[in-house]
Amino acid sequence: MLTADRIIAASLMALSAYFMWHATALPIGWNGMTGGPGGGAFPFWLSAIMFVMAGAIILRSFGQARRDTGEPFFDQDTLRSVVLVVIALVVTVALMPWAGAYIALPLFLFWYLKVFGNHGWTLTMILTIATPTFLFFFFEVTLKILLPKGFTEPYFIPLYARFF
Amino acid sequence: MELLGHLADGFATSLSPLNLFIVLIGVTAGLFIGAMPGLGSVNGVAIVLPITFIVPPSSAIILLAAIYYGAMYGGAVSSILLGIPGASTAVATTFDGRPMAQQGKAGLALIAAACASFVGGTISVILFTLFAAPLADVALAFGPAEEFALVLLAFTTFVGLGGDDVLKTIIMICLGLALSTVGLDLISGQPRLIFFDQPGFYSGISFLVLAIGIYGIGEILYTIETQKTAPQVTPAKLTFTDLWYGIKEINKLWKTMSFGSIMGFFVGMLPAAGATPAALMAYGIAKLTSKKSDQFGKGAIEGVAAPETANNAASTGSLLPMLTLGIPGSPTTALLLGGMVMWGLVPGPMLFIEQPDFVWGLISSLYTANLAAVLVNLALIPLFVWALRMPFTVLCSIVFILCIVGGFAPSQKMHDVWLIVGFGVFGYILRKADYPMAPLVLALVLGPLMEKSFRQTLISEQGNVMAFVERPLSGAFIAISVVFFLLPMLKHFKRWFGRGTAATN
Repeated sequence: MLTADRIIAASLMALSAYFMWHATALPIGWNGMTGGPGGGAFPFWLSAIMFVMAGAIILRSFGQARRDTGEPFFDQDTLRSVVLVVIALVVTVALMPWAGAYIALPLFLFWYLKVFGNHGWTLTMILTIATPTFLFFFFEVTLKILLPKGFTEPYFIPLYARFF
Repeated sequence: MELLGHLADGFATSLSPLNLFIVLIGVTAGLFIGAMPGLGSVNGVAIVLPITFIVPPSSAIILLAAIYYGAMYGGAVSSILLGIPGASTAVATTFDGRPMAQQGKAGLALIAAACASFVGGTISVILFTLFAAPLADVALAFGPAEEFALVLLAFTTFVGLGGDDVLKTIIMICLGLALSTVGLDLISGQPRLIFFDQPGFYSGISFLVLAIGIYGIGEILYTIETQKTAPQVTPAKLTFTDLWYGIKEINKLWKTMSFGSIMGFFVGMLPAAGATPAALMAYGIAKLTSKKSDQFGKGAIEGVAAPETANNAASTGSLLPMLTLGIPGSPTTALLLGGMVMWGLVPGPMLFIEQPDFVWGLISSLYTANLAAVLVNLALIPLFVWALRMPFTVLCSIVFILCIVGGFAPSQKMHDVWLIVGFGVFGYILRKADYPMAPLVLALVLGPLMEKSFRQTLISEQGNVMAFVERPLSGAFIAISVVFFLLPMLKHFKRWFGRGTAATN
């Protein structure tokens, strides 16, 4: 737990340093002419506070060392599930611009329900088919918001002709 | 009398068939979202916000408010039937709701929760109606200096009263504010913090992206990790005799409920407090003052009624500063505020003058939403029992799909979808390490206002920083902020001195 706390605080310090570096592209100091801070001042100084606070967490953690329960940060059994789901999400989002939402999302549903969730075929197939159909009618037909189609775009042209 | 006239005009809007229909849909959706373990009002609003484009803005906000209300009612359902709070706001309801269910009185507990929620909702909406216009009048005198001081005050309440680790709270506030500066500089229009030269960052980071990431994806990841086994649903049967008996029992609890409602309303107004502490406080006070305090924790109906009135009242209370001052009192209202800004309605005192139809339409729809919620809640109890048996993986997969598509829809950029997944994982890890999420979301929503008001004040005052303290109202706000900020340090010193004398540990 303590190690995880330190790693997270250190990553936050790195993140704030990165923010600060970016913020210096604009003036971060006090501008006497306009009477106020420059455009980079807000992000710079806020990140600076973040940097100091994260540093304080690390320093404080050394004082707490003897109170550490040694409890692991992640539950080993369930961490596997979380990692699998995150990978599936990333794959799905990466697939969307290339293969389109109507391939990526049903694939995700199928994997989640059948492989990950161990559900029966009936439930899996109903949800895998019904959800994209609902999305199509809700977003594309009703709201006129086109979801990414990728290479499946040509197959939708007859549908567009039918509904628009 | 002017008030009643406004309210009557409002009812003309909220009783239109479209708005009544929207309230019914919203309340029902909210009830189900609230009843699902792990999902509460904030998750419901975050997931549904992107698809509210289907209705006009004034109806969209009514829909969201109805979901908010419905979710507050729904939270009690899983607290009672599963013993797991449907949302953190319903934690206190498990204390007595669960024992009641185990004694076979689940139906009675659900009725008590619904009726108490109705009482809490109604009393607080009346308070809301009374306070809204006067508060907006006061707020009319606010300039940028007061706005800045008020936002600062909102953040310091998280430090002083939030109860989370102070260092972590400050980090989350600063991170939210820093993320809100991504995009174009408000004053000079120059691009800043364009990470990795991605053009998607030029339009800034939308609060929606952060909210869907944290409250949609992050929340489900968190629930996947924490819920290993499927919880047991207690069956609940409901008859009209039960209903009648429940209402009679609830009628005896007026003192507890009025107190819970009024306290809940005022606690809900504070940015860092909100519905969860309000419910816990109401429970504690009901237990202290009750004649049957030994029954508490063993299935006292009072122990269900007290927190349920308070959490509903608090959710109305947190709408008050959001609508009148433009400062949200909770993460959910922060999302409502973000939604309103997106639709071109800027909350704050001017809204009462420029868009009275909208404001009073919304206020009056809180009355209809409250009534709809109690009726739908009572009518659908058998359906909730069935829905709670739904396998968790089915719910998760649908929420994930809604997050991805809902995140894409408003801007139609894959950039936002990637950010949502990123924020989801980031939020999940930070939440595990006890970093509070509410200040982060609030800071991202309020960040632009804070920076703009700060820099506007300095420009108009020729760089005189003392302007913030010299103006009486803003000076007072800043003074209170300083107190809140120093509060945790004072506690720390007290403990430190205490340790010095006791010399133990």
